[in-house]
Amino acid sequence: MSGQWPLWEVFVRPRRGLSHTHVGSVHAPDAATALQNARDVYTRRQEGVSIWVVPAAQITASSPDEKDAYFDPAADKIYRHPTFYHVPEGAKHL
Amino acid sequence: MYGNDFPTDAASSGGELLEQVAAAEAALREAAERTLDSADNAETDYFERIIAADQKIEPRDAMPEAYRRTLIRQIAQHAHSEIIGMQPEGNWITRAPSLKRKAILLAKVQDEAGHGLYLYAAAETLGVSRDELVEKLLSGKQKYSSIFNYPTLTWADVGAIGWLVDGAAIVNQVPLCRSSYGPYARAMIRICKEESFHQRQGFEILYTLARGTPAQREMAQDAVNRWWYPSLAMFGPPDSASVHTAQSMAWKIKRFTNDELRQRFVDMCVEQAKVLGLTLPDPNLRWNPERGSYDFTPPDYDELMRVISGHGPCNQQRMARRRAAHIEGEWVRQAASAYAAKQQQRQRQQEAVAA
Amino acid sequence: MTGTATTTFEQVLGLGDDALIAAQRLCEWCTRAPEMEEEVALANIALDQLGAARLLLTYAGELEGAGRDEDDLAYLRDDREFRNVLLVELPNGDFAVTMAKLLFLSAYQRLRYEQLAAGEDARLAGIAAKTVKESTYHLEHATLWTLRLGDGTEESHRRMQQAVDEIWPYTYELFDDNALRQPWLNIVEPVLAEATLTRPEDPPWAPRGGRQGLHTEHLSYLLAEMQVLHRAHPGAQW
Repeated sequence: MSGQWPLWEVFVRPRRGLSHTHVGSVHAPDAATALQNARDVYTRRQEGVSIWVVPAAQITASSPDEKDAYFDPAADKIYRHPTFYHVPEGAKHL
Repeated sequence: MYGNDFPTDAASSGGELLEQVAAAEAALREAAERTLDSADNAETDYFERIIAADQKIEPRDAMPEAYRRTLIRQIAQHAHSEIIGMQPEGNWITRAPSLKRKAILLAKVQDEAGHGLYLYAAAETLGVSRDELVEKLLSGKQKYSSIFNYPTLTWADVGAIGWLVDGAAIVNQVPLCRSSYGPYARAMIRICKEESFHQRQGFEILYTLARGTPAQREMAQDAVNRWWYPSLAMFGPPDSASVHTAQSMAWKIKRFTNDELRQRFVDMCVEQAKVLGLTLPDPNLRWNPERGSYDFTPPDYDELMRVISGHGPCNQQRMARRRAAHIEGEWVRQAASAYAAKQQQRQRQQEAVAA
Repeated sequence: MTGTATTTFEQVLGLGDDALIAAQRLCEWCTRAPEMEEEVALANIALDQLGAARLLLTYAGELEGAGRDEDDLAYLRDDREFRNVLLVELPNGDFAVTMAKLLFLSAYQRLRYEQLAAGEDARLAGIAAKTVKESTYHLEHATLWTLRLGDGTEESHRRMQQAVDEIWPYTYELFDDNALRQPWLNIVEPVLAEATLTRPEDPPWAPRGGRQGLHTEHLSYLLAEMQVLHRAHPGAQW
């Protein structure tokens, strides 16, 4: 049997009060792995986030004109924040 | 763990590039609000009207086959670049000279894996599987950015890559946030937001080295000397020699030409090099008041072509590593698939019994 | 310096070294993981362990009171001064070995951090409150893979059983300074059973010595790589 893992679509609700939005997809062999992978790839394990994963093959879509939402990046690891770095005086475009 | 005492307001960072990304994101949302007159739904015409109106083509829209194929190639090669790009920098994680630097570098390389995944996901919306794309990479049918075929010989190379290579990547990528293809534009917005930390990380490494011991200063200057011209070559061949540019620009897959982006990059870096206190290895670098830009020596395009076609210092090594990981991982991937199949089987049996 | 009568420099160092060496081994998987999603997952775990190491080593340095910071401790000690358990310094082996190591380590770390989170040392309690959550995730991840490899294909089952057999003797050292072995078995044994793996017999002798600085031959190679650049530039800032 080939090692190919099926595709799952990922939906994330970043904060209480907002709804789930589509953020992308992951490959995984099963639901539990898909959830873990989605948590790692799309939320970097930020707390308080709700994640749905759905096998891509199970999604029924209306035709053209369907709307995909945009998504926010996770905010947990400070190294990712450009403000964390001391940017010397005069250094532009950083 | 990563400092709850640091401010978490990512949006407050300055930086023109992040502002441009935010503008692209705002434009995407505004375009979404506008409706297209759908009176005439003839396929090609509909596609062209969306492009002309600066709206987004989405996965199930009708599109010219050539557009679809060009996009698959461009997005896939971008994804491959992220994955292969993990190797030169990953080379220094185990030897990072401080725990803070180790953590930052590990986070950066992890980001690159994530970016590869976002891009493969975007490519898959065009009707191709990730496995197919990985096969094309491993067989050499699809390429990755030539810059990653150079070796990282010192710690300072990590800084140079962050400053120059990520800097060039950002100059290339910010315009892609306005790409006509929706999933690609959205992936690029997400990626660009994460990449601005990459460039600052590299700059900070070099800044610290340049102000360190004599050996560190020399290390930093040596790295810049080796990475400058290859970084210029990242923008591709000169416009006069670039085959795909015209069509890609018409379809708004590409928003600026190679030379335009290269010039933008040079102008940015010259100023930043002054702040670093390091020199760029180009004696002909000179401000040209008529053009309002810096004159510079172009990179060796013959070298670029050689490296692209497989004759760079690290091509074999990069591909061998990627191939080995893929092959050695097969038993693991198969095990997971087998387990999933068994679980489904068990579940069906349980349901049959219960019924 | 907040320690209590019972928190010693050596104790905190041991926990910090466990995390540091575990992180270093996980970093070696970068660009070699069996699938791209796993690259991201392993890096996450490595970052967590590294983060814990930094907090613990910093605290250890303060307790010692000799002015050593996290980098002095990580980069300027020889292997005889390291206090990690032997388990974490073992080579990664194949993915099954890495997951076996992670399963056993994370179950231990979760229990140990739970203990510390409820303990008298306020500084450790603060650190542990965060690391407990991370260890829980690591344990989940390792469990997920142990099940899939143990109950996957014939090849994966063989490799996973071999990994468990190989690593099992190194788990005894984890409990030399605490009474957590039974709770640990209560976590680990059901996972092995569900994964259709055989729980190894208690060996006649278990390797030990890490907490006293007597390590395997692997550690000095690991440290040589980790420390080489830092040591080549004494006193430099990075």
